[in-house]
Amino acid sequence: MFEILEKERIGPGVNRAVISAPDIARAHQPGQFIILRTHEDGERIPLTVADKDAEKGTITLVWQEVGVTTYYMGTLCVGEKLHDMCGPLGKPTHVEKFGTVVGVGGGIGVAPLYPITKAMHDAGNHVITIVGARTEGLLIMTEDMRKVCDELLIATDDGSFGIHGFVTQVLQGLIDQGKKIDLCVAIGPVPMMRAVVNVTRKASLPTVVSLNPIMVDGTGMCGACRVEVGGKTMFGCVDGPEFDGHEVDFDLLMKRLAMYKGPELIALNRFRETDRGCQCTFPGG
Amino acid sequence: MSDQEQTKPKRPKIPRQKMPEQDPIERGHNFYEVALGYDNDLALLEASRCLHCKKPYCMSGCPVEVDIPDFIELVKAGDYVGAAWKVKEKNSLPRIAGRVCPQESQCEAKCVLFKKGKGESCAIGRLERFVADYAAIHAPDQIPELPKPTGLKVGVVGSGPAGLTLAGGLIKKGVAVTVFEALHELGGVLVYGIPEFRLPKAIVKAEVDELRRLGVEFKTNWVIGRIETVDDLLEKRKLDAVFIGSGAGAPLFLKIPGENLNGVYSANEYLTRSNLMKAYKFPEADTPVAKGRRVVVFGGGNVAMDSARTALRLGAAEVTIVYRRTTAELPARAEEVHHAVEEGIKFQLLTAPLEIIGNEAGWAVGVKCQRMQLGEPDASGRRRPVPIADDFFDIECDTVIVSIGNAANPLVPSTTKNLETNKWGNIVADLETGKTPKDRVWAGGDIVTGAATVILAMGAGRKSALSMMSTFGIS
Repeated sequence: MFEILEKERIGPGVNRAVISAPDIARAHQPGQFIILRTHEDGERIPLTVADKDAEKGTITLVWQEVGVTTYYMGTLCVGEKLHDMCGPLGKPTHVEKFGTVVGVGGGIGVAPLYPITKAMHDAGNHVITIVGARTEGLLIMTEDMRKVCDELLIATDDGSFGIHGFVTQVLQGLIDQGKKIDLCVAIGPVPMMRAVVNVTRKASLPTVVSLNPIMVDGTGMCGACRVEVGGKTMFGCVDGPEFDGHEVDFDLLMKRLAMYKGPELIALNRFRETDRGCQCTFPGG
Repeated sequence: MSDQEQTKPKRPKIPRQKMPEQDPIERGHNFYEVALGYDNDLALLEASRCLHCKKPYCMSGCPVEVDIPDFIELVKAGDYVGAAWKVKEKNSLPRIAGRVCPQESQCEAKCVLFKKGKGESCAIGRLERFVADYAAIHAPDQIPELPKPTGLKVGVVGSGPAGLTLAGGLIKKGVAVTVFEALHELGGVLVYGIPEFRLPKAIVKAEVDELRRLGVEFKTNWVIGRIETVDDLLEKRKLDAVFIGSGAGAPLFLKIPGENLNGVYSANEYLTRSNLMKAYKFPEADTPVAKGRRVVVFGGGNVAMDSARTALRLGAAEVTIVYRRTTAELPARAEEVHHAVEEGIKFQLLTAPLEIIGNEAGWAVGVKCQRMQLGEPDASGRRRPVPIADDFFDIECDTVIVSIGNAANPLVPSTTKNLETNKWGNIVADLETGKTPKDRVWAGGDIVTGAATVILAMGAGRKSALSMMSTFGIS
């Protein structure tokens, strides 16, 4: 189990892998995540599932190399295995026929947005997806996304591809055109999600965001993933990961995400000195 | 010596034998077990104190009814392995119970030696630990003969003390048992909550391995309520019965300002990082934990003591327990409080935290407190702490651990059809049998009672096992 069946680099430091996980693939619903470990003394990190194939018994993960575990995963080759994986976790996305749904995906957030887009489309919604990145080379999964939505709008901050601007400007454009939008789903870096809800709040457009707080167990037991929503403390793992974007305290989320910056760097540097982590023999590179 | 004494020789009065412990100062810097256990000589001496009462009151104090006088007789005879299996007839996890049971308020409180005011009770818990450790070291592969399979299949949700006890009880009666555990390690609170220095993980692993040798199947990383439900276990897996022992793993917070600052942990998170995820050996293990210099712990229970003593071992210069009442009301075991005091943990009693103070970057830097006094007894019979007006002070700190208890984790109850819960979210079950109103479903341990002790959870597991056996006609 948890063998890597396919793996490719889809951007700088961004990987996509298809992993054998039949039980999780059978039970997984859009919006849910898994928690994995790469080795016995590894940490437990949550990753939202980017796709699944229940028949083949596989799930797809997309991750950016930022900390020791995601770098470690970057070195894994086809045929190697993850140490263990737990899931599905978290509440599934609430999917129904809303009417018109706009999905906004920034950077790596496009991956978790993909299965939600697919489900919203399958539920009969008119789905418009806005995908954004800093520059063309950082855009991911645009062709996958095109297949599961009705309209795809691509924006880059530097104008190297598609619309020159931020996803929020594209979204504002849709609102200004007077398009009737019933729901917005935004997943991406915290500053992007905050910017999106600032736009949709003014337009009174209901907005769902998927949060990625630091987690340990992922079952509501430890409370590491505390977030404040509407002034109330909630657990990202069991009350989320999706919340009403207009109610989320993004400042708190940013601060809490930075809690282990120091130790994270220590762990990463230590990993880079190991055989597996050494850049010059990067097996997965 | 007088004539009278010569004709009526008295039994030599042997004092209760102390268990050797690591030096308090030294152990404050390591995670090795504090209590070192009896050797053969100490065990024989202590066993000789047992009167082998015809009416063993001690057994009535044991939630799992271990045959205490009988196992101690075997110790006296030098048959330590036999003594261990005598214990295991009723208690599948004696190495754990021998370490974490509050014997002083259970079996030992009922001991005739103690009750008649003749002195200290027989150290039943220490003897239990001794025989179980002895058997694990000297006869590690021994297992009893198992009966023919009954064809019955039972699922267990959660591998904590309740579930493991039930599994051990049923497998020895020919019932096939599969245990489903949400985490990657087996043992529940025994591995994520109770620290290494009180209950080494290797011991939990050995106890679990013994159950595995007996034929219990385990599935880890398997969250019931997400990957499949209790109803799936009954209908799709066609199990004959399910026992829910998912524990009280949902941390409570005080709901005071500043509780979501960085450096503020639930005791569950702090202990899980340190124990289960081995943050004490970071960066050798990847999971970090804030290694605070000045740590404040809210709460006065066993978990608060565990958190404080863990903080000390992680290198804190000062650890302070903040508790609203006095020493007399501390809910922790006397032995745990004693150990904490010995190791230099400070107790700020009659004090209520009002607010956690943070800095610009969002880190905790202090706790605003108010002094309390004891008023009239409340519903629990304990005297209620009453704030003293205008008596405020601050404690400087960089880490805060909130250890004020746990609520029921709603994951299993909320995903199971027709399962009743009370207003606190605990599953409704008969306390004597563990039977829930839902057909073929039993429940026990903290998910039913709210946060309690390991041995009470083990007692609940045993009662449910007996109830299942009588329901299915197994003797």
